[in-house]
Amino acid sequence: MTINQISIFLENKCGKLSQVLGILTEANIGIIAATVADTSEYGILRLILTDPDKAYALFKENNVTVSKTEVLALATDSCAGSFAKVLGCFTEAGISVEYMYCFSLNGKSILILRTNNSSDAHAVVKKHNLEYISSENLNKI
Amino acid sequence: MTYWQADMETMSRADLEKLQLKRLKETIQTAGNSTFYNKVFKEQKITPDSIHSLEDLKRIPFTTKEDLRNNYPFGMAAVPIQKCVRLHSSSGTTGNPTVVLHSAKDIDEWANQVARCMYMVGLRNTDIFQNTSGYGMFTGGLGFQYGAEKLGALTVPAAAGNSKRQLKFIADFGTTCLHIIPSYATRLAEVMQESGIDPRRDTKLHTVCIGAEPHSEEQRKRIEELLGVKAYNCFGMSEMNGPGVAFECKEQNGLHIWEDYVIVEIIDPITLEPVPEGEVGELVLTAINREAMPLLRYRTRDLTRIIQGKCACGRTHKRIDRFKGRSDDMLILKGVNLFPIQIETILMKFNELGNNYLITIENDEMQVEVELSDLFTDDYSQLQRLTKEVTRQLKDELLLTPKLKLVGRGSLPVQEGKAVRVKDLRKF
Repeated sequence: MTINQISIFLENKCGKLSQVLGILTEANIGIIAATVADTSEYGILRLILTDPDKAYALFKENNVTVSKTEVLALATDSCAGSFAKVLGCFTEAGISVEYMYCFSLNGKSILILRTNNSSDAHAVVKKHNLEYISSENLNKI
Repeated sequence: MTYWQADMETMSRADLEKLQLKRLKETIQTAGNSTFYNKVFKEQKITPDSIHSLEDLKRIPFTTKEDLRNNYPFGMAAVPIQKCVRLHSSSGTTGNPTVVLHSAKDIDEWANQVARCMYMVGLRNTDIFQNTSGYGMFTGGLGFQYGAEKLGALTVPAAAGNSKRQLKFIADFGTTCLHIIPSYATRLAEVMQESGIDPRRDTKLHTVCIGAEPHSEEQRKRIEELLGVKAYNCFGMSEMNGPGVAFECKEQNGLHIWEDYVIVEIIDPITLEPVPEGEVGELVLTAINREAMPLLRYRTRDLTRIIQGKCACGRTHKRIDRFKGRSDDMLILKGVNLFPIQIETILMKFNELGNNYLITIENDEMQVEVELSDLFTDDYSQLQRLTKEVTRQLKDELLLTPKLKLVGRGSLPVQEGKAVRVKDLRKF
């Protein structure tokens, strides 16, 4: 039900982001979505990639501080109120969102969601029959 | 057989002190031949016959590194240079280098000292010993080489650096024991991990001898865990031969300091008076089993304490505690005395933190940069909690609040030699 997100610890130093992106370019791995959570000290770069497993191995090899995180990728339509409706399902079940970001892919709005309780979150997806994207069909969209 | 030299290692304290007094008198006789001690002894009216007990040692003034520098190169030699077969020297970054001379007998006694240490931690002539110390002027190379050969182990003088080559030797030769600097041991473990080598499965390593830089108990445990070995702390200094002066036994509770080779004193570095037994002070050593260049009451600058009580291993030689730092490594910040080892001890408690860290002091502020370990998760609040908790513990230990900065793997300089942990940018 989930997809693998690659998270990278980035120091606030000129060239750090370029180095990371360079590794992906060289391996011909595409970035589907990216977001940075930053503080004055460091940032966490979160990436949805065409080949997360390969990227993870490459980052390890290159001594990049990296982790793999399972996140939910939910597809919604772009009309007013659709995000609110999806989030409402989680709130109702008492699940908090740790972070989220969204992007659109081939006309679909995709919501990346990390919650504080993944098994309960999965139950919510099932109960409300939310449309989710699994890692197998992420590349097919 | 449990001991390399049972008679020496388990000698009664009374007999050991008798032997020390005899050797001290002989040493004073020999040392008097050197330009330096000749003058000292004349001034203080010291002769071998004027020494009646070990207490009389206190009549002899301290010898310092400065004395060695001022008498560079051969002013401390107690035998004709023709009788010396080896010279070791320190780097001399802050003035004249120091020179230590050895006769053939000295080299043989030193090898015996190291062999005794290695035997004590369970190494035998069936072991394959790889020495990752720098060779050349640094005594950790040749000192361990001769000791391991005396023990009868197959000895691989791999020397320092080049981790890939070290790993190839470990695998191809079936190395069972390493002599390694602690910071490099963790580095080598990382290289193993990156190369997909599991030390427990893919190597025959069972023991490492770690020394040459202060390290905490936590770091030892981490090395043992990472490499799947037992790690023993060793202590030596070129002025007292080199490695082998003191070494941990299998109890891993303090380092036996060989009292048939040296007389041990612990003094207050300010008042120069002995500290009560068991309290921390500066280690002062008198070499009593050397002929080419004996040193009397040499101030090592290393801070330690005597561990009281008998050791379960049966050896009667005193134990010193792991080093608390050096009296000249001590940092004074806002009137507080600090040692880098205190900071390391805290950092090593956290699995989320890696092995590499750097302390920077600038404008009376301390910054501690530490690399994250493999356990990095992308949970931001967890990173914040980690920062807070490490800072709190550092504050409790140091009584001042350093600025803690988490950094990514590989962003601090890689430590392949003697680790540089402190950058003091203050101008005095």
